[in-house]
Amino acid sequence: MSTSSIPIAAAGSPSWKLPYRGTIGMLCLIIAEAAIFIIFVVAYLFYIGKSLSGPTPAQVLELPIFGTICLLSSSFTVHMAVVALRKNNRSGTTMWLGATVLLGGIFMLTTAQEWHHLIYEKGLTIRTNLFGTTYYSLVGLHASHVIVGLLLLTLTFYFSLTGRLHEEHEKKLDVLSLYWHFVDAVWVVVFTVVYVLGR
Amino acid sequence: MATTTPIMEVIDETEATGHGRPPVSVIYDWITTVDHKKIGLMYIFYALFFLVVGGFEAILMRIQLAVPNNHFLSPQVFNQLFTMHGTTMVFFVGMPILFGFGNYLIPLMIGARDMAFPRLNAFSFWISAFAGLLLYYSYIGASGLYAAGSAPDVGWFAYAPLTAKVFSPGHSTDYWTLGIFLSGVGSIGTALNIVTTILCMRCEGMKLNRMPLLPWIYLVMGGLVFVAVSPLTAAQIMLTLDRYLGSHFFDTQAGGSAVLWMHFFWIFGHPEVYVLVLPAFAFMNEIIPVFSRKAIFGYPAMVAASVGIGFISLGVWAHHMFTVGLGPAGNTFFVFSTMVISVPTGIKIFNWLATIWGGKIILAPPMMFSVGFLFQFLIAGLTGIMLSAAPFDWQLGNSYFVVAHFHYVLVGAILFAIFAAFYYWYPKVTGRMMNVKLAHWHFWLFIVGFHLTFDFMHIPGLLGMPRRIYTYEADRGWEILNLIVSSGAIFQAAGTLVFVYNLVSSYFKGENAGHDPWDAWTLEWSIPSPPPSYNFAIEPVVSSRRPLWDIKHPEDQDSEYE
Repeated sequence: MSTSSIPIAAAGSPSWKLPYRGTIGMLCLIIAEAAIFIIFVVAYLFYIGKSLSGPTPAQVLELPIFGTICLLSSSFTVHMAVVALRKNNRSGTTMWLGATVLLGGIFMLTTAQEWHHLIYEKGLTIRTNLFGTTYYSLVGLHASHVIVGLLLLTLTFYFSLTGRLHEEHEKKLDVLSLYWHFVDAVWVVVFTVVYVLGR
Repeated sequence: MATTTPIMEVIDETEATGHGRPPVSVIYDWITTVDHKKIGLMYIFYALFFLVVGGFEAILMRIQLAVPNNHFLSPQVFNQLFTMHGTTMVFFVGMPILFGFGNYLIPLMIGARDMAFPRLNAFSFWISAFAGLLLYYSYIGASGLYAAGSAPDVGWFAYAPLTAKVFSPGHSTDYWTLGIFLSGVGSIGTALNIVTTILCMRCEGMKLNRMPLLPWIYLVMGGLVFVAVSPLTAAQIMLTLDRYLGSHFFDTQAGGSAVLWMHFFWIFGHPEVYVLVLPAFAFMNEIIPVFSRKAIFGYPAMVAASVGIGFISLGVWAHHMFTVGLGPAGNTFFVFSTMVISVPTGIKIFNWLATIWGGKIILAPPMMFSVGFLFQFLIAGLTGIMLSAAPFDWQLGNSYFVVAHFHYVLVGAILFAIFAAFYYWYPKVTGRMMNVKLAHWHFWLFIVGFHLTFDFMHIPGLLGMPRRIYTYEADRGWEILNLIVSSGAIFQAAGTLVFVYNLVSSYFKGENAGHDPWDAWTLEWSIPSPPPSYNFAIEPVVSSRRPLWDIKHPEDQDSEYE
């Protein structure tokens, strides 16, 4: 077979326009991921107050206000990065991406600090009781999603820093920002379930 | 571009695959391919391989159960066999074969050149293939430090707390967990690809209401995979945490709940049935109209019924758990929702009958299997309605009646639809027709074997024979029935062998099929058989649901009626 026989697709008529596949693909992934989170959230809610031994959430959990503010505001910064790229404002994109990575990183640090506190000072591990089981798995599942997002964002930040991120990548950055918004939205649910309802 | 590109005239006759190349280069091509057709075929080959493996396991179990007090298999081996048979058939036969057909057909039917994410497609296939091999590697690798057992033996739904480290030492259960976890990752990847392809890659003019029903149903099936397979993935993560990090999700000693696992498993398990049966409906929607020489009856109703099934199937899972004791409110809800789901399913059956009604029926092999499907799916649905009534289910839960019911769905409906699809699309894939005489042998052997096995399997269930027992006493009145059930397996195995022989021999000796052997109407028949690697030389433009009808009958365009 000769590859030269593949004709170049003629430009379709302007009236025939279908959604961008990256966006739809990411939305599908978000639906699937949301289903995974729902199961962990259901398990958390189901086991509230059913631990046979302490410590209980009320004894050891504190509201992670600072980390939450950082993570939620990183949704805003990543959106600003997309807007800046759309306007081809490349230094703006770099700055906003950097801010997003920084804010996400701070959130991870607060989580790490919280886990360290719980494990070494309060003696709560995943094996301690049902609270530990459901707490570490739900928060950990979310944290692993934050880490994946941070890896992708850091890579994009690096590309942006070295001048390899251009206006034509706007749709792709938009897809990444969708993922990041999803991770933030999940945190709102996790926060409500773990720190508000669970205490 | 004109709005009516004459599809037939722009065909490029270049061969899709080269001949006479060194085998290493051919193998390299297949392993590194991102072409949706090759990936689709690899899915199908891999599923056929596991179909033979899973079928062999079923035959071993039927030999064991053919006579009372049999010592052909030990109880341990029997446990492993029913676990591996169920897991294999659902995750490594059903899912991949349906994904394979979807992969192959969807881009062709919607006039696209490939799937939306070709590399993700290859990744999903290889991760699923690895998952199957991992599961079977348990036979040699699973004894672990505790030297207990080899293959998983916890049943295909692996109820807690049997799966806890204490009751299931060694690594056999881990092979099961990881195999299913990885197959789930592959399934979600492929479903994501299918949905995105359908939404974003349709050729010009193919609005959603002009799309053939096969892609429509795969769209619903893809959506269902997201919300059904993900919970299973989540539950497998929890189980692994329980087994390795000492968490207590399903650990009843520490306040964990075994019933929670049942809920999580069946919130996957029941929609999964519809994930498997929806593509079977999709095949029927393509095949029945072509062999009745009529357009499908009630296209919008078919779409609505498929979407309806997708939604309702998410609310029926606990009918697998009536015997747990859900309380009156739970029982009532799940009885009702289970009965409701038969409404859209019934709509589909009536639409197929109405399509056949008054048509010029051609009983070619695909249509023979389709008629078998219709008849058997109806009976499977009726026993389903019986079991949906909680008091009836209390009596027959976990009996052979249940086994007979779901095998009626999985074999009588889904497998028959898959056979029909093989006979229907084989000419497109290979460029050659399958042997009709052998197809008749296959059909009659298989249908006789199927009814011998699964009709008679209902009765020992009614007489109280529980599933998953490795043997039984001679005085229960089950002996003759079990012997009949087992003898049916021989007919089915013989039929399958004829089918496999037909697949292979027709590839070399079958008569040339041409573009469009069935005089069909969807886009895949507009291009050569086998299709060139880029599918469409010029991307087609369609203006109705049956673009090839429009080309063949310029005086009587479908678009005037839709």
